Amino acid sequence: MKQSSWAPLGAIALALVAAAPLAQAQQKSVAVTAIVEHPALDAIRDGVKASLAAAGYEEGKTLKWQYQSAQGNTGTAAQIARKFVGDQPDAIVAIATPSAQAVVAATKTVPVIFSAVTDPVAAKLVKDWEPSKTNVTGVSDLLALDKQMELVKQVVPNAKRVGVVYNPGEANSAVVVKELKALLPKMGMTLVEAAAPRSVDVGSAARSLIGKADVIYTSTDNNVVSAYESLVKVGQEAKLPLIAADADSVKRGAIASYGINYRDLGEQTGRMVVRVLKGEKPGDIKPEISTKLELTVNPGAAEKQGVKLSDAFIKSAAHIVK
Amino acid sequence: MSLFSLLGAVEIGLIFSLVALGVFISFRLLRFPDLTVDGSFPLGGAVCAVLISTGTNPYVATLAATAAGAGAGLITGWLNVKLKIMDLLASILMMIALYSINLRIMGGPNVPLINDPTLFTLLQPEGMADYVARPALLLVIVIAAKLAMDWFFATERGLAIRATGSNARMARAQGVNTGAMVLLGMAVSNALVALAGALFAQTQGGADISMGIGTIVIGLAAVIVGESILPSRRLVWATLAVIIGAIVYRFFIALALNSDFIGLKAQDLNLVTAVLVTVALVIPQIKRKLSARRR
Repeated sequence: MKQSSWAPLGAIALALVAAAPLAQAQQKSVAVTAIVEHPALDAIRDGVKASLAAAGYEEGKTLKWQYQSAQGNTGTAAQIARKFVGDQPDAIVAIATPSAQAVVAATKTVPVIFSAVTDPVAAKLVKDWEPSKTNVTGVSDLLALDKQMELVKQVVPNAKRVGVVYNPGEANSAVVVKELKALLPKMGMTLVEAAAPRSVDVGSAARSLIGKADVIYTSTDNNVVSAYESLVKVGQEAKLPLIAADADSVKRGAIASYGINYRDLGEQTGRMVVRVLKGEKPGDIKPEISTKLELTVNPGAAEKQGVKLSDAFIKSAAHIVK
Repeated sequence: MSLFSLLGAVEIGLIFSLVALGVFISFRLLRFPDLTVDGSFPLGGAVCAVLISTGTNPYVATLAATAAGAGAGLITGWLNVKLKIMDLLASILMMIALYSINLRIMGGPNVPLINDPTLFTLLQPEGMADYVARPALLLVIVIAAKLAMDWFFATERGLAIRATGSNARMARAQGVNTGAMVLLGMAVSNALVALAGALFAQTQGGADISMGIGTIVIGLAAVIVGESILPSRRLVWATLAVIIGAIVYRFFIALALNSDFIGLKAQDLNLVTAVLVTVALVIPQIKRKLSARRR
């Protein structure tokens, strides 16, 4: 019995041989991995593929395309990383932080292009935002705050004091506030902070801004987003215009947002992959952030919060909430 | 499948064989359905990653991570033995508590360890590629853990733990302090799991809050696959079987990752893994039936 119980192992060994990939010389190969299936992450993958196709890399003809999802398991993510490095593709695209870290830990030679990593410097994928001189580059989904503040000026042209409601315990929000403190004076505005350590505090934090701020801006702070309705209530009562960072909050009652379209982020990533396939070294390409942000406008909310939007502005929006 | 992918499967399999040994202690020896594992695996990773990234020696960091896991196991045992909370619930409580605790320890959801020194970079022999050195070193660690376990569970105290698991009333009648044995067994079990978490963080570029998801499932699967490949009642063989089970399970995943040639897609990965494991469990039964018919 002991002898025969090794049969499954034999079967595996056979299958391994059968699974050995066939080498194809003239094709370029791109291996894509994401930590989990998720609408935003899937949109990035499709965007990468679209960019490759636009540059003449067609799956099955001039491109060997491979996609693996770790289905939420970091152990599997690590194994996918090893498999990809073993396959020696021309480029690996790693979507979201855990997958990117697993791939970067697994290879120092195969080109790696990360995508949707909010802070690649904190995640130690790259040293700074300059060309890394390593095998790693990519696109971050960090929001550029100057563009966000330009939107604030567009919606409320005479705004001088920008109120921000945020959770000081959330690392990303703390970073946003710190950056705003430096940025706003340059644009002739000042920052007014209101802390909401719990989601139930969001309403009272917003109320504390009445009379002290001309407009309220919120980032994608989890506390604020989960209690956005309480912010909307204050905005309507006190005629305090609300500007958000994601389209979903606009649907819930903010006037406008300038947010990331993940399909575009994928296409941007894909264009970077094309540069690598054409022979550029990833270490010479500067990590990027999303360049194409999408405007979402809610004219009904603007009216309730005492703001008159110009028709040209509404027409320039990618999405209009009715 | 490339050599790289093969060695990657061995490497991750060896790490998870420590999880499987821990699960073997709780589920098989102690008969304590312990889900703490889903929290103690990232706990080990978190403690280790935070300590290393703040400049602590990797040896000390790995030991501290192991000790933290033992602490988590002790608390689960204590909830069960002293506060009389049902074993499964006690472990669930500890598992969810550890999620918040791990976030606190890491100060965020992710602590990278990409360019920091680790156990593996310190011990990598000159002229040996890292993808060979890592599994080699892990093999040494896993064999050491196995031998230590074999020895410990043959000592009087170890036997008392096993007696507590197989018949608590009988063990008490023999003068065994069963409560203390549950605490000790749970501490050893979760220490092994946290050690695995610490090694995982050091090989995979950092600790992440999501790294614990499904650890218990993988550990249990490894134990059961191992038992069906190498069925034995003797502890020395049983611990070996568990280690083999963990590695074989990773081979199945590696195989599933390479299954695109028959038209399977990324989303089928978990299904393919499940089917392969089922086949591995059923083949020994069919073999047995066939050989019985021949006689």
